[in-house]
Amino acid sequence: MAGEWREQMADGAGAARTPTRGRVFTRGLYVLWTAIRTEPGPFGLAMFGAVLHATVTVGSASVLGYITSEIILPSLRAGDTTAAALWTAAGLLLGVGVLKATGLAFRRLFAGLMQYRMQAHYRRRVSHTFLRLPLAWHHRHPTGQLLSNAGSDVEAAWQPLAPLPMAIGTAYMLVIAAASMLITDLVLALVGFLVFPAIALLNYVYQHRLSPLATRAQALRARVSEVAHESFDGALVVKTLGREDAETERFTAAASRLRDAQIKVGRVRGMFDPVMEALPNLGVLVVLLVGVLRIEGGAMTPGELVQFAFLFTLLAFPIRSFGWILGDLPRAVVGWDRMQAVLTARGSTAYGTARLPAGQAPGGVAVTAEGVTFGYEDGYRDASGADRDGISAGDLGGGPDPGEGGTGPRTTVLHGVDLAIPPGRTVAIVGPTGAGKSTLASLLLRLVDPDSGTLRYDGTDLRELAKGEISRTAALVPQTTFVFDDTVRENIALGAPATDGEIWTALRLAHADAFVRALPDGLDSRLGERGTSLSGGQRQRIALARALVRRPRLLVLDDATSAVDPQVEEHILTGLRRADLAATVVVIAYRRSTIALADEVVYLEGGRVVATGTHDELTERVEGYRRLVTAYQRDEEQRAAEAAAGLRTEPTDVEESEAVA
Amino acid sequence: MSTDTTDTTAGRTGRGRAAPLAAAPAPGGAPGPQPGLSRAQDSAIGTVRRGFGLSPEFRAGLGVTLVFAVIATLGRVLVPIAVQQAVDRGIATGTPDTGFVIAMVLVCAVGVVVTSVCAYQMNVRLYRATESGLATLRRKAFRHIHDLSVLTQNTERKGALVSRVTSDVDQVSSFMQSGGLMLIISIGQLLIATVLMAVYSWQLTLVVWVCFLPLMLAVRYFQRWLSGAYLVVRERAGDMLGAISETVVGASVIRAHGTEERTSERIDATVADMRRAQVRAQRLSAFTFPTTEMVAAITNASVVVVGVLLGVDGDISPGGLVAFLFLVTLFVAPLAAATEVLNEAQNAIAGWRRVLGVLDTVPDIADPADAGVSLPRGPIRVEFRGVGYAYPGGPPVLHGVDEAIEPGTRVAVVGETGSGKTTFAKLLTRMMDPVEGRVLVDGTDLREVRFDNLRSRIVMVPQEGFLFDSTLRENLEFGRPGATDDELRSALTELGLADWLDGLAHGLDTPVGERGESLSAGERQLVALARAYLADPDLLVLDEATSAVDPATEVRLQRAIEGLTRGRTTVSIAHRLSTAQAADEVIVFDRGRVVQRGPHRELAGRPGVYAALNASWTRQQQL
Repeated sequence: MAGEWREQMADGAGAARTPTRGRVFTRGLYVLWTAIRTEPGPFGLAMFGAVLHATVTVGSASVLGYITSEIILPSLRAGDTTAAALWTAAGLLLGVGVLKATGLAFRRLFAGLMQYRMQAHYRRRVSHTFLRLPLAWHHRHPTGQLLSNAGSDVEAAWQPLAPLPMAIGTAYMLVIAAASMLITDLVLALVGFLVFPAIALLNYVYQHRLSPLATRAQALRARVSEVAHESFDGALVVKTLGREDAETERFTAAASRLRDAQIKVGRVRGMFDPVMEALPNLGVLVVLLVGVLRIEGGAMTPGELVQFAFLFTLLAFPIRSFGWILGDLPRAVVGWDRMQAVLTARGSTAYGTARLPAGQAPGGVAVTAEGVTFGYEDGYRDASGADRDGISAGDLGGGPDPGEGGTGPRTTVLHGVDLAIPPGRTVAIVGPTGAGKSTLASLLLRLVDPDSGTLRYDGTDLRELAKGEISRTAALVPQTTFVFDDTVRENIALGAPATDGEIWTALRLAHADAFVRALPDGLDSRLGERGTSLSGGQRQRIALARALVRRPRLLVLDDATSAVDPQVEEHILTGLRRADLAATVVVIAYRRSTIALADEVVYLEGGRVVATGTHDELTERVEGYRRLVTAYQRDEEQRAAEAAAGLRTEPTDVEESEAVA
Repeated sequence: MSTDTTDTTAGRTGRGRAAPLAAAPAPGGAPGPQPGLSRAQDSAIGTVRRGFGLSPEFRAGLGVTLVFAVIATLGRVLVPIAVQQAVDRGIATGTPDTGFVIAMVLVCAVGVVVTSVCAYQMNVRLYRATESGLATLRRKAFRHIHDLSVLTQNTERKGALVSRVTSDVDQVSSFMQSGGLMLIISIGQLLIATVLMAVYSWQLTLVVWVCFLPLMLAVRYFQRWLSGAYLVVRERAGDMLGAISETVVGASVIRAHGTEERTSERIDATVADMRRAQVRAQRLSAFTFPTTEMVAAITNASVVVVGVLLGVDGDISPGGLVAFLFLVTLFVAPLAAATEVLNEAQNAIAGWRRVLGVLDTVPDIADPADAGVSLPRGPIRVEFRGVGYAYPGGPPVLHGVDEAIEPGTRVAVVGETGSGKTTFAKLLTRMMDPVEGRVLVDGTDLREVRFDNLRSRIVMVPQEGFLFDSTLRENLEFGRPGATDDELRSALTELGLADWLDGLAHGLDTPVGERGESLSAGERQLVALARAYLADPDLLVLDEATSAVDPATEVRLQRAIEGLTRGRTTVSIAHRLSTAQAADEVIVFDRGRVVQRGPHRELAGRPGVYAALNASWTRQQQL
């Protein structure tokens, strides 16, 4: 089965719960009806094929019975035959073959077409919804789950479409067969009426028993691949700490649980197949027994008996299609529900209609924040580590619901932040690790909305701005960025109409031109998963170029050069300063050189703005700020002092008692 | 009378329609000149044999399973024979031998039940053996992947490695559980059907074979077309899910740059490509499968015509002819399933080859294990002797490095991006072995030190603080398994991180999220550092381990580490020269060579690479 994406698809199928039976059936029918309504054309053609196939299949029993009693037996008894009789037999059998083949081809082709079209519709709808939903929604849902919504859930929802025409055709075939049996011989028909419902019932029981086992096995399969994925992802850590044995144990535990679950599935399956094969066989034997007695009594002809026996073998298999549909329905309903949860997710970013005057702005936008408070939900998933140990049956019903809005307890990260940044100014946001700087950056770009308070560009509330207005105005360079599986050019332009010249200019400014030029195909070199992998510093520079090429009126740099070495960083910063960007710039930084770019500094501590002012003012006034920005310098001085004193004492710096965050 | 068999196939594949999606997106296609994993080149039979060798569970009790299989196969002909006998001995004559038919029916019924029991036994045994064998295969492959060097792990993309222990193994699974046996049973069934048919009439048997021979030959082509088409489907599925995953993983970039439209166009294109590939594959299968139906019809017609002609001459009885038609059904069934079984077999062999490919890749960084030596505890002395390194297929990145690091000293390694610093760290921790020269620890070649000893004594904190999706506690315990909460807390306290811990709403129970992404980049580094500290190594290698941490915290950590690692050897790679200032000695790399070495004070005053770096750094501090 699977591939690298597959485990992600499988993941989340694990959270499939089996809804109550009666509702599953009616809701399953609703899901099927939705598909029929959406794709009536392919469905109609598939049904044409199914009905044709079913009719001819039942008819073929009569044809065979006819040939046996009217051609084979008379000819052999008489010891003579005619060409006409032979041609009739051959013609009939060939005709049956052609019609059945045609029906089969139609049924398969259009059932498939219908299924694939529905998959495509819903894959598009789900992923377009991902694009529409706000980042806060994304934060609440694990990556694997979202991928499975577009992958395995869509697949599960439309899985029953494959056997659907066959099942409807079979139902139709059963009706004809019943009628034809009743007409032929009442007593033998009774045998049929016992055996076929038994097969159908058995199928139902089978699917009902198998379904939870198979779902569990599927969840455990996803788990195996999650463990492998994470373990290989962290291979370097595993290696540096020599934890290969422990990891292998963890993986083996997951693999063993999968093995046990699969063996349980195997028991049920291994029982079902032989029974399904035995039932119609036993039915044929009973038909023979009863038939012989009936022939003896003169109630039926040998030809009719052959026809009966044949009908039995004929119907035994297609009846299984009911079982498939019934077996697939619970998963289909769960898949449908999970898809719907995404499609109907509330909290999509609401956009206003306001536009910012674009032309008249040589300088940047004025950015203000008033009383901005923001908190993250406490861990979007269960904090317990139990998840690592395995999946209990109960866990299968768990899993976060993709549709729910965030209502859990929240850890407040920013408290009543006020900012006023005049157009064209450069402001540095400084603060210790975990102070909420990156969160503030996300708010500035409206990647998330504040819980309370307001952010404005040029006096307009960000929430009132039209869609696309913010990304046209502002650009963020994050600490770590995402590189698309695409060329350098596309990774920089991201669909923006940028010329190669503009891209090179941006790359030059980001100090990324040299390494891009060294790539085998320059701007056409492929990056990402299947292309060149970049170092942390190189990724940061790509992100910077990506932002610069858009000529934003607000540029937010979130510690955007942390992985770049000092000399290159110096070049970049000098370049930015010289470029004299017509933009308001917000830099999140620790380093003096970066802070030096700024006209003003905002010092953040514990999610609150502690002070605002120039670097010199803050150094003067604010103890925490002074300590932070002069840490290296003071460290150096102290070391010099220690060295001078010829001492190597334990550090006695005041910072010893200082809080990190 | 073969009519139900095509339904068998149709139903099977109807079931298997998920197969293209459920199948692997042809992993392992990582391009590039790097040394990937080797691909096993054994023949199909050789691959299966080696596969069996790897999982001894497959063989356990196989003899008994085969006995059950033979009985189950033989049982399949009972009912057609019964029909023939009943028709022949009773019905066709017009005066049925009721006693005989009743006796026969009873015997056959018992036979059918016995057959079912045997088939059940066979299935259960197969499942157990297969799943146990596959679990073993997964474990071996998983372990081997961890044993491969960082280099090999990087060349093969992570996703492809994951599929080695998941999808590739799963591909073997369906073949081993049903396909492989079905193949044997099918061939058996073909033979039995042929023999039985020949008993009734060798002439008609010949007719059947003549009709089916072209199909048998064509099946291989059908299978090739179909598997080609489904391979395309799998590739498209991979592309599509890749595109969709970008919307999820890259959500913030897409929002920030407002590229929703472009992204949705890309997705729509891959979704459409996927659907096109699916429909194309479906069209192929919708036209190849009815072929069996047609051939069966032709066969039936020929058998009836020739049979009647033979019967007229008295060469075959009416019952014999009817039975023969039932036997044709038996003959067609395995052929109808052949395309699918062949496909499964091919997938299984491909899956096995890929897993074998992993296992065949000799770990270039091998654990000497019991043949190796253990170093006594205590500060470690490191010596590089004429060490050079080049990534496979690439230019040398390190040239003739001769350096010794004395026990208990703190050394900083600096240099521009690409100067060889990280390579130096990786050689020092034996993530890689030098291409030339030797790395000695306490006088012993690093290659001779047992891994369990090496990894507990030399620990590196890599640049990206990867955390497992679990709690803070479990991540810290990764460094010291079985550590108590008190130990974890006191370690954080010693590193000066107690306040940070207290600031977390859930303390040690804080969930860190996928890859630790619920924490900030700086916080992840703090955890990674604490984790390494808990491992209590004698040589600690820090590769930009605090690049995302604020300066005050960094300086404090630095100081804490200095105190805590007193008497141990520390090597720090750093952009920030504060680290270099604090070190006993600085090693300066430039274009793969060590160009300078000495205390910060000394180097800073001497013209050269370090002075230039230092000037940049100082300017940044003074601004």
